[in-house]
Amino acid sequence: MPVDIDIAKVARLARLALTPEEMVRYGAQLGAILEHAAQVQALATEGVPPTAHPLPMLNALRPDEVEETLDREEVLAQAPDRQGPYFRVPPFMEEEA
Amino acid sequence: MSGDPADLTIAEAGVALRSGELTASALLAAVRRRVAATEAQLHAYLTIDAAGAERASAEADAAFAAGRDPGPLAGIPLAVKDNMVTRGVETTCGSRILAGYHPPYDATVVARLRQAGAVIVGKTNMDEFAMGSSTENSAYGPTRNPWDPERVPGGSSGGSAVAVAAGSALGALGSDTGGSIRQPAALCGVVGLKPTYGLVSRYGLVAFASSLDQIGPFARTVTDAVTLFEAIAGHDPSDATSYRGPVPDVRPTLGAGAEGLRVGVITELAGEGNDPAVLAAFHRTVEGLAAAGASVRELSLPSMAHALDAYYLIAPAECSANLARFDGVRYGLRLPGETVEQMMAASRRDGFGPEVTRRILLGTYALSAGYYEAFYGQAQKVRTLVIEDFATAFAKVDVLVTPTSPTTAFPIGERVEDPLAMYLADVGTIPCNLGGGPGISVPVGLDEAGLPIGFQLLSPALGEAMLLRAARAVEAMAAFTARPALATSEVG
Repeated sequence: MPVDIDIAKVARLARLALTPEEMVRYGAQLGAILEHAAQVQALATEGVPPTAHPLPMLNALRPDEVEETLDREEVLAQAPDRQGPYFRVPPFMEEEA
Repeated sequence: MSGDPADLTIAEAGVALRSGELTASALLAAVRRRVAATEAQLHAYLTIDAAGAERASAEADAAFAAGRDPGPLAGIPLAVKDNMVTRGVETTCGSRILAGYHPPYDATVVARLRQAGAVIVGKTNMDEFAMGSSTENSAYGPTRNPWDPERVPGGSSGGSAVAVAAGSALGALGSDTGGSIRQPAALCGVVGLKPTYGLVSRYGLVAFASSLDQIGPFARTVTDAVTLFEAIAGHDPSDATSYRGPVPDVRPTLGAGAEGLRVGVITELAGEGNDPAVLAAFHRTVEGLAAAGASVRELSLPSMAHALDAYYLIAPAECSANLARFDGVRYGLRLPGETVEQMMAASRRDGFGPEVTRRILLGTYALSAGYYEAFYGQAQKVRTLVIEDFATAFAKVDVLVTPTSPTTAFPIGERVEDPLAMYLADVGTIPCNLGGGPGISVPVGLDEAGLPIGFQLLSPALGEAMLLRAARAVEAMAAFTARPALATSEVG
């Protein structure tokens, strides 16, 4: 059975401004993919630990030394909008009344 | 020297460059002629770096003239998949959201190729953000297969596979998250190697699924793939996941042949579900290995049947997190919005194509509250079972073998509207990424329509020496010398 998804909620979480038609289409496709993928749930996995990473690795540490960094102007040159040395974006907080 | 220099292997070109028979500039010119003759039809490249390539080939010629030898890649024209950043050269990942992006640094693999004297011809086409198995998901149009331009080259590194098959580069780099090097190598009749997870730095590789992504080479021979592997492998302090131990030394045993090799055929991946021609070529190769002194046995790895489903939960989950960085703030496409959230949602809606959107939605769902354990958590446990099955099998054999892809190249457009059918193209290649060990595809024949068939070999993590020795034995046995009809610089 295709999995029923609250596609509007998922799209909002993913920051994707989908049209109503796109929501219907993606919702149906995802339902079918998840129906197939849900077969993993049929597998007995009691006592099996999850794997997040294929190689056993501990934290990678290095000496705390100043190294060369990217050139700020070169980085900012790729920004869609800037103000001086900053990235500029639309408001993200309501202004206090 | 007879023939077109664009058709030389890296090893052959290296000899010709050192004997003075060929200059790096003449070799680049031959490759550029091939690019000019084939690109209108094949579309392997997104960007050609004419100035950078000319500079690098002139430097190689100057080094040879001065009696210096920068190493086996000096003066060799190579192609790089467009998800590896190149300083000042446009890098799009096949996506509209990165159109016009000129990175401020070189990926470590790119820097290593440059240090080795390689000539980077350009950046190759790919499925958007490496998500796909056909190179049809590029925002800049599909790449076509040089064996039959009505068919896909495989993906997601389709442009790199095609460049090498067509003679538009002597070798190339791709990335492999679920088969994106091995599957297009199989469909284009070239060699494709996915090294052990962590052996090649991913600094400057635009991340798709961080626990699975690995960079590796395409080449026309196993020996050439080794040369490229040696140039790019090894620890990089800029990549915290990069392996700190020594790189396996593969050269000494490369020519040791099949004698005494213990080979396991994975039952679940070498039966029904594969095209008859693919299966026939597979069995012919396995029988050849046995005749050459390998011991062959069939092994059942039950978790393989569930690897595809686990992958299509894990990879989208990681992708949804990694692609959060494309938000219209620091680089790439930005649409107007009243608030920052509206700006981000509008930019992402317009910037991402359908497959990337699908996977972001799928991953966001699989990670969301209430579904995490049932989907992502369960997939991670299945991944453990895959790793345990591999460990059990590799206690008995040196290499495991399967067909690389269940089919040869399929027609353009056939699977675009059916994501599940597209995902099934990766059924044979995905387990290797979940396990973390290396895998390679070697061309072993053509089907009745004249399309190439790939043979996949897998070994345990850091088992590159055994893997490449076995691959070299398969290559010698298959003696695959066919080249696509379109691999010509004749304009006709």
